[in-house]
Amino acid sequence: MDLSLSDEQKQLQEQAERFVRDKYAFDARRKIAATDRGWLPENWAQFAELGWLGMSFSEEDGGYGGGPIETMIVMEQFGKGLVLEPFLPTVVLGGGMIARSGSKAQKEALLAPMIEGKKQFALAWLERQSRYNLADVSLKATKEGAGWSLSGHKGVVYNAASADHIIVLARTAGSAREPKGLTLFIVDGKAKGLTRRDYPTQDSLRASELTFDKVSVGADAVLGKVDEGFGVVEDGVDRAIVALCAEATGCMDAINAATLEYIKTRKQFGVAIGKFQVLQHRMVDCFTNAQEARSMTLMASLKIDDKDPIVRAKAASGAKVQIGKSGKFCGQSAVQMHGGMGVTDELSVSHYFKRLTMIDLMFGNQQHHLTRYSNLAMAA
Amino acid sequence: MDLAFTPEEQKFADEVRAFARSHLPVDVRDKVKNGKHLGRDDYMRWQQALGKKGWLVYTWPKKHGGPGFTPAERYIFENICAEEYAPGIIPFGTKMVGPVIYTFGNEEQKAKYLGPIRLSTVWWCQGYSEPGSGSDLASLRTKAEKEGDHYIVNGSKTWNTMGHWADWIFCLVRTDPKSKPQEGISFLLIDMKTPGITVKPIIMADGGHEVNEVFFDNVKVPVANLVGKENEGWTCAKFLLANERLGIAAVPQSKRGVAALKDIARAEQDNGRPLIENKSFAEKIADLEIQVTALEYTELRVLSAMAHGGQPGPEVSGLKIRGSEIQQRLTELTMEAVGEYSAPYLPGLLWQGTNEAPVGPEYAHLAAPRYFNTRKTTIYGGSNEIQKGIISKMVLGL
Repeated sequence: MDLSLSDEQKQLQEQAERFVRDKYAFDARRKIAATDRGWLPENWAQFAELGWLGMSFSEEDGGYGGGPIETMIVMEQFGKGLVLEPFLPTVVLGGGMIARSGSKAQKEALLAPMIEGKKQFALAWLERQSRYNLADVSLKATKEGAGWSLSGHKGVVYNAASADHIIVLARTAGSAREPKGLTLFIVDGKAKGLTRRDYPTQDSLRASELTFDKVSVGADAVLGKVDEGFGVVEDGVDRAIVALCAEATGCMDAINAATLEYIKTRKQFGVAIGKFQVLQHRMVDCFTNAQEARSMTLMASLKIDDKDPIVRAKAASGAKVQIGKSGKFCGQSAVQMHGGMGVTDELSVSHYFKRLTMIDLMFGNQQHHLTRYSNLAMAA
Repeated sequence: MDLAFTPEEQKFADEVRAFARSHLPVDVRDKVKNGKHLGRDDYMRWQQALGKKGWLVYTWPKKHGGPGFTPAERYIFENICAEEYAPGIIPFGTKMVGPVIYTFGNEEQKAKYLGPIRLSTVWWCQGYSEPGSGSDLASLRTKAEKEGDHYIVNGSKTWNTMGHWADWIFCLVRTDPKSKPQEGISFLLIDMKTPGITVKPIIMADGGHEVNEVFFDNVKVPVANLVGKENEGWTCAKFLLANERLGIAAVPQSKRGVAALKDIARAEQDNGRPLIENKSFAEKIADLEIQVTALEYTELRVLSAMAHGGQPGPEVSGLKIRGSEIQQRLTELTMEAVGEYSAPYLPGLLWQGTNEAPVGPEYAHLAAPRYFNTRKTTIYGGSNEIQKGIISKMVLGL
């Protein structure tokens, strides 16, 4: 057993650290968040140049043969910098699902240009009523000649405004909330009949509400097999969860470092407030929570390629529970220990706190994954 | 001991309800009901209606122009106002500086300031915390130097709530830099229109502007505006903080919040059923409701003890600790109920700058900003760490 990074992986880590240091000082991030897109094309081009967009794909698919550990390394640094570029929706979700389930033609048309930095993706799964049930889908796809016609609504679709293609989870058969009968379609971001309402999110990302009004797609738009999209999306989301956990680990390290620095320097009653035992113990709990989060993220990154889908699902849900718990503890504690300054927009602390809060809500919160894990673990 | 209200108290409850229904402006009620942010005028219209009725300063004794409510009446008044979606009464005049003035002020000051507070024709704000003086309030450095019949005030105050709407500010200032921290402080009333005062907004994590920094640059304040004796302002400060901590538990608001949370949990879907039918979520709401009940009965015990004489003691710190934690838990569960639809940030709708349409139900966009903003409740009015220090020292003798 060896849990240390290889030399190449260490280089990747240093590279990502450097990127965050050079491009994501807190004021620079504020400026990026305020741009129309909410992310910088020059940064995306740099990701392509550094090979980050292809690092986790097989050489056969035009990638560099890495896997979840490479994704973990980069996502963790993104968490430290609160990086805004849409790596998760494009590379981890979109690229990952196309690589695992796409046809040869789809990989050539979409994956290869994505690795070059020329295409971006979004995943549209959530609907107003779905909460965290991936199968609670009512957007309908009906046969139309050789192709399909999509009608319905999707919500909180991250990166939809920038995406060249949106991967849409639609119902082609079966009843409400039935996993069987769901199909994934790759839809052009500018398709006729597709309208968007774009908005920023609490954590300065971009998302959209999408309305599909008889959007026509060809038979070749199906990702994977008709009626069997659920397994693909569940697996894709589990992998995204693991990447998100790595991002959260980076956020926790950064927010804990900022808090530690603050309580060492902020003086009240003539001493640094870090001299008070009540804050010392809380800081220790923050540190321990971040360690647990790191451990669960590593576990999940190592297991997410396992052949057994139960092992994969348990790994993702277990890590997500830990991240939800640790992220909330570290975030709330950081704000509390910063006092009034912690609730201002001015310091980075509130921004890490917001991101950690939104990470818990994405793809199922702590409670949802606790229930899922418990169902999986008790059944085994 | 009797929990039931007497027929007189029941009659009083009906009177309060009837008054709220006839005098609370409908648009203000709707804003409160829907969790929207209120403007200065929204607060003023309700407070002035209460002022005319004589109920605005509902905690004041009769001899200072208050209604002299019994603890039961006070409880009824607060709860029914909350049930009727009345805005919270801004405490700076009514619960903070007003009682300080009638307790420590001279006759001229009582004559000048108490009437406008009772009628809500003047908006007060608080100048306590400073950038370097948060939990350690006594280390404050804003100085007031006497020159003839004036003080010259220099320094800055922070976490000044709604000061951008205020006519007057009450300040703790240092009048003797040489003595011990608590001994050289004075309590001054300052007209916000005095030259040399600058109010600078602090933007909060939810993107809103509710607090400010206030800068004083050679601000001339008449010596007549000193409340109590020079260098004895710490007595006023402590008196005020004890009063502040009493109302801070916000029990009626939390009861209303639990009801609103249940409504949201009924409206939200979970696997095709209302979320409120999800057992683990329903138990979280139940747990919170029990916490609110425990807090409510603790507050009733304090009120009842106060009815038999005396000021609230250090035990009210406990109310603030639990009350603030409950307010936070409420926002946390509300956000959990809303789920991923908490993500859209809609500043135009949130701050009523534009007619931006909601994404999903209207309550959704408020959930996350409220959660972020409510982190302040365990920090302000003396952080919970400070409150626990007070209880361990003053109550437990540790």
